[in-house]
Amino acid sequence: MTRQMTGAKMVVQALKDQGVDTVFGYPGGAVLPIYDEIFQQNDIKHVLVRHEQAAVHAAEGYARSTGKVGVALVTSGPGATNAVTGLTDALMDSIPIVVLSGQVPTFMIGTDGFQEADTVGITRPCTKHNWLVKDTDKLSETLHQAFHVATSGRPGPVLVDLPKDVQFADGEYTPPAKVKMGHYKPRLKASIEEINDIVALIEKAERPVFYTGGGVINSGPGASQLLRELVDATGFPITSTLMGLGAYPASGKGWLGMLGMHGLYEANMAMHGCDLMINIGARFDDRITGRIQDFSPNSKKIHVDIDPSSINKIIHVDLPVIGDVGHVLEDVLKVWKSRGRKKADLSAWWAQIEEWKEVRCLTYKNSETVIKPQYALERLEALTKGMDRYVTTEVGQHQMWAAQFLGFEDPNRWMTSGGLGTMGYGFPASIGVQMAHPQSLVINVAGEASWLMNMQEMGTAMQYRLPVKQFILNNERLGMVRQWQQLLHGERYSSSWSESLPDFVKLAEAFGAKGIQCSDPKDLDDAIMEMIKYDGPVIFDCLVEKHENCFPMIPSGKPHNEMLLGEASVEGAIKSDGAVLV
Amino acid sequence: MSALRIQHGSSSHSAYDLRDYHAEVIEKHTLAVLVDNEAGVLARVIGLFSGRGYNIESLTVAEVDHEGHRSRITVVTTGTRDVIEQIKAQVGRIVPVHEVHDLTVEGPSIERELALFKVEGTGNNRIEALRLAEIFRANVVDSTLESFVFEMTGTSEKIDAFAELMRPLGLVETARTGVAALARGGKA
Repeated sequence: MTRQMTGAKMVVQALKDQGVDTVFGYPGGAVLPIYDEIFQQNDIKHVLVRHEQAAVHAAEGYARSTGKVGVALVTSGPGATNAVTGLTDALMDSIPIVVLSGQVPTFMIGTDGFQEADTVGITRPCTKHNWLVKDTDKLSETLHQAFHVATSGRPGPVLVDLPKDVQFADGEYTPPAKVKMGHYKPRLKASIEEINDIVALIEKAERPVFYTGGGVINSGPGASQLLRELVDATGFPITSTLMGLGAYPASGKGWLGMLGMHGLYEANMAMHGCDLMINIGARFDDRITGRIQDFSPNSKKIHVDIDPSSINKIIHVDLPVIGDVGHVLEDVLKVWKSRGRKKADLSAWWAQIEEWKEVRCLTYKNSETVIKPQYALERLEALTKGMDRYVTTEVGQHQMWAAQFLGFEDPNRWMTSGGLGTMGYGFPASIGVQMAHPQSLVINVAGEASWLMNMQEMGTAMQYRLPVKQFILNNERLGMVRQWQQLLHGERYSSSWSESLPDFVKLAEAFGAKGIQCSDPKDLDDAIMEMIKYDGPVIFDCLVEKHENCFPMIPSGKPHNEMLLGEASVEGAIKSDGAVLV
Repeated sequence: MSALRIQHGSSSHSAYDLRDYHAEVIEKHTLAVLVDNEAGVLARVIGLFSGRGYNIESLTVAEVDHEGHRSRITVVTTGTRDVIEQIKAQVGRIVPVHEVHDLTVEGPSIERELALFKVEGTGNNRIEALRLAEIFRANVVDSTLESFVFEMTGTSEKIDAFAELMRPLGLVETARTGVAALARGGKA
């Protein structure tokens, strides 16, 4: 069935047909016809953000916490350029979002019209794909294709640019079932030979480790379930990237904690010392590998990834397997069981791991007078554990401490900007999460500097009565920058302190929200409980130790087995040739 | 940062060092990329090369199947074996890309390039230019009393060789199409 309607109506119809219930956006001249259609219906909620960057991060938060596509709607020109950071963030972290942007009418394109920008040109390298729709008859088809591309294979952001005359004109609406999706069909299943090879390596491994990433989360809750089954059945240890936290429960028997630059000692040592590394849905990011020439020198490496371009990009692997994580895990589990659940004796390996755990790499020196950021997160974890809880973060020290000290039992509960490292991500993402899960506790663990980057979203939180908790670890510093300046730049703290900070309690009150400040460790528990119990947005100004460094740490240019621990002397630990790295 | 003692242009000290430390040999490969002939598709492919720091030695593109809206992009690129593999994987995941063929490794192939040379001169130089053109099987496609335009088809090496010979004889302008290439044999 096809129907005649305006382009603007088609946009709304296509969103409904794709099952979209929430759109994050900001109106402007070039999207007025679409906003007019949104006004005249009740199926799709529109959330008016205060800046287009926040619309995209909110859509990301929505997508990551639900597994569905996040949608943002922005106007032409500045609306679209403001969306670029969010698009790049979603591309780096493989988050499925669809951004719809207005454009000047087709007959004005190229004339430097008011609020004109070459949006498809600007967003080409920061989207998985993008389209400029010049013909209303092609509009609905393009929108359905956009959802298909965003969600198929390795997920990612797409953008559809919609000139204003195309929105006004009449055309034929094509429902999703009638649309030809084209040739884009990434491979999902691995071959039986590849599965057999994986199983054969599993059967023989004496020092194995699972190294899992965001791909497991993206593959859906079924993939996390299969991963748990496989890990628990084999008794192998498992570590995960920042992106993959929650796929395997933090309380699970095999859990080693996060790996990487600020990962746990036992996780990194296991990666360095293993004889079989099973990478599932991770991409050997430079935060993970450290110095690649010395990366896990004595292991066979399996890499399961849906994106062929991830294979051998950074690290050469012995067994590359292209396919969807869920499909591959299912097949591996099946074949491993059918071949008799064979595995080597792992007791020596586990004994070694227990020894590494004895180092207790997350130990920090607590204080009776000042709140240590680690302590704040330990208390937050203790007081919210077991609650229906979602956590977002900004970027920096607080993000790493959150990853170290908070435990995630399920996938889709942890939203953080991993690849791009976008300060300002967490607050709008928490808004997107809360929209998707109105009854749940949504906490944004933030630093004061990151948080200020999108603080205008207090307006959004208030308008939609979203009780998001902004848990700000306020050290009046750009903590991670300060840490690097201390370790690498002769303690010359160039522009890394936050001067002229607002009074966060008054700021919250100015928006009509609740503000809480806490500076005494003895008051912390009560203050956190007050935050949780308050039915509305809260800014929690947690005044913490100003000069705390985030440990453990693999210094730039060093391999996994040369981690710095908290107690260690850090003087001269980073060589001059490591200083060139970020 | 002078204390770093890192050679200019060297990435060997970096954790981002993508060089294959097993084989540093730079290879030249000819890739045939079949794409949907849609707006921006060439920009996507070229943008990927510049964005990820890959080389383009030569590039040709034209629609080859009007009804199927299919274009063929022929790229000659250089890199270590790993980089070439990475290029193929990266190009292959662009949504409107249907197929990527590495003609250099997929069996024998033929490569041809078309070039136009404008050579100005009188007297002996002019005679010598014409004589060499005959040897190289270049055609004269335009002529005045003081100039020729030669048209030549061949491998890039042959065209390079001819250009080299024409330079002292009054070569003033060159236009080249870049390489077009097909696999030998009957199968597509």
